[in-house]
Amino acid sequence: MAFFIAFPILSGLIILQTAMVSHMRILQGTADLILVAIIAWGIQKPVRTAWSWGVLAGLFVGYVSAAPFGAILVGYLLAVALAVMLRQRVWQLPILAMLLATFFGTLLVHLVEILALRLVDTPLPFWEAINLITLPSILLNLVLAIPMYAMFNDLARWLYPQSLEM
Amino acid sequence: MRSSSFFSLQSLVLALIIIGLIALALGGYLTPASRVLLRPLIGAQTWLALRYQTIQNYLSSPQDIARLRQRNLELEAEVSRLQSEVIELQQQLAETRVLSALVDFARAHPENRYVAASVIGRDPSPFVKYVIINRGSDDGLRRGMPVVTAQGLVGRVAAVTAGAARVQLITDPDSSVNIRLEPTAAEGILVGSVTGKLSLDMIPQEASVEIGNLVLTSGLGGNYPANILIGQVSNVNRKETDLFQTADVQPTVDFSRLEIVLIIVNFRPVDISPLFPTPGAP
Repeated sequence: MAFFIAFPILSGLIILQTAMVSHMRILQGTADLILVAIIAWGIQKPVRTAWSWGVLAGLFVGYVSAAPFGAILVGYLLAVALAVMLRQRVWQLPILAMLLATFFGTLLVHLVEILALRLVDTPLPFWEAINLITLPSILLNLVLAIPMYAMFNDLARWLYPQSLEM
Repeated sequence: MRSSSFFSLQSLVLALIIIGLIALALGGYLTPASRVLLRPLIGAQTWLALRYQTIQNYLSSPQDIARLRQRNLELEAEVSRLQSEVIELQQQLAETRVLSALVDFARAHPENRYVAASVIGRDPSPFVKYVIINRGSDDGLRRGMPVVTAQGLVGRVAAVTAGAARVQLITDPDSSVNIRLEPTAAEGILVGSVTGKLSLDMIPQEASVEIGNLVLTSGLGGNYPANILIGQVSNVNRKETDLFQTADVQPTVDFSRLEIVLIIVNFRPVDISPLFPTPGAP
């Protein structure tokens, strides 16, 4: 169930991302709903499908986006790994873990994307990309992090009621 | 006999008195007297009428309030409906204006066949400048077809599915377009950037480039048809030590507000990559 529900949720988020969120920019940066969603899902304690959500999100976004296909998948999996690691290390402060995972997750995804784009010979000035795209995107993702955490916390409670009671 | 003459005399006197009073009243001579006489009557009638109206209002007001509330609700619903209708009509008007401009553009270029498409999304990655349109291979779209608006060149189709396509904008950092400047006829390459800024490169040093020159597609390279407007030169950077001049371009298309675009479906890009020598080839 927790795996299959990823299909409608991630599809809906991708539609929202392409139709609305990608239009809302600070400088050249945009929020990444899907990234924040998989981090919010991965940070939930009882969740055991974080990796499969990461793979699905990477495949979906890689299909829709013109960015190098594998780069997004790799970036998202690194972000999930970070979220899962922080869930175990900062387990008493999940909100802090969420913010940290969002900050470093966005940074990781963007670094992987920049690297991949440079490998395919796309002229992309590194510091310009960091200043104009990555930093504003981190800010926007951090704004989204708390509400997304709350939503996915509710979803986790709904999907794993027994685990949370224990 | 005496009695009847008395009554007739009395009647005559009464008639004369009445006529006299009427004449006096018509002449306005009785006004002060009538004022004194009628004032208490008018006062009494006013008092009575006011009390009557108050009682009538008191008895009928609950029904009126309920009716007014109902009417108010109906009118509010009507206002909401009309407001949403106005918004819808404004949207239709804006869309019609865009379509009208596109039709004008299509008429001005009768050599091309167009398919109109709506922009339904932007690429999720902020590092690339692509848009998603709601037409695909089912509508005759193929990879490489140029995309324009009434204002000028937008980009080209980069990937196609049955019902949608992805368009690479000319502002994408990986985009390059062969251009020609008007009126100087100088040639160069237009490149996009990560910030969405357009700039010209590879313009020969000897070429004359001035602010305000029009930037048009040259058709070289076979990726775009010739003579599609792109923008105007907004700044020229010329250094004697450089091999080429560079310039900034102000595009005519507002890429942040793309709604409807035209795809030139009778243009097939020419693949000239086999003409370039590859390392290791004989």
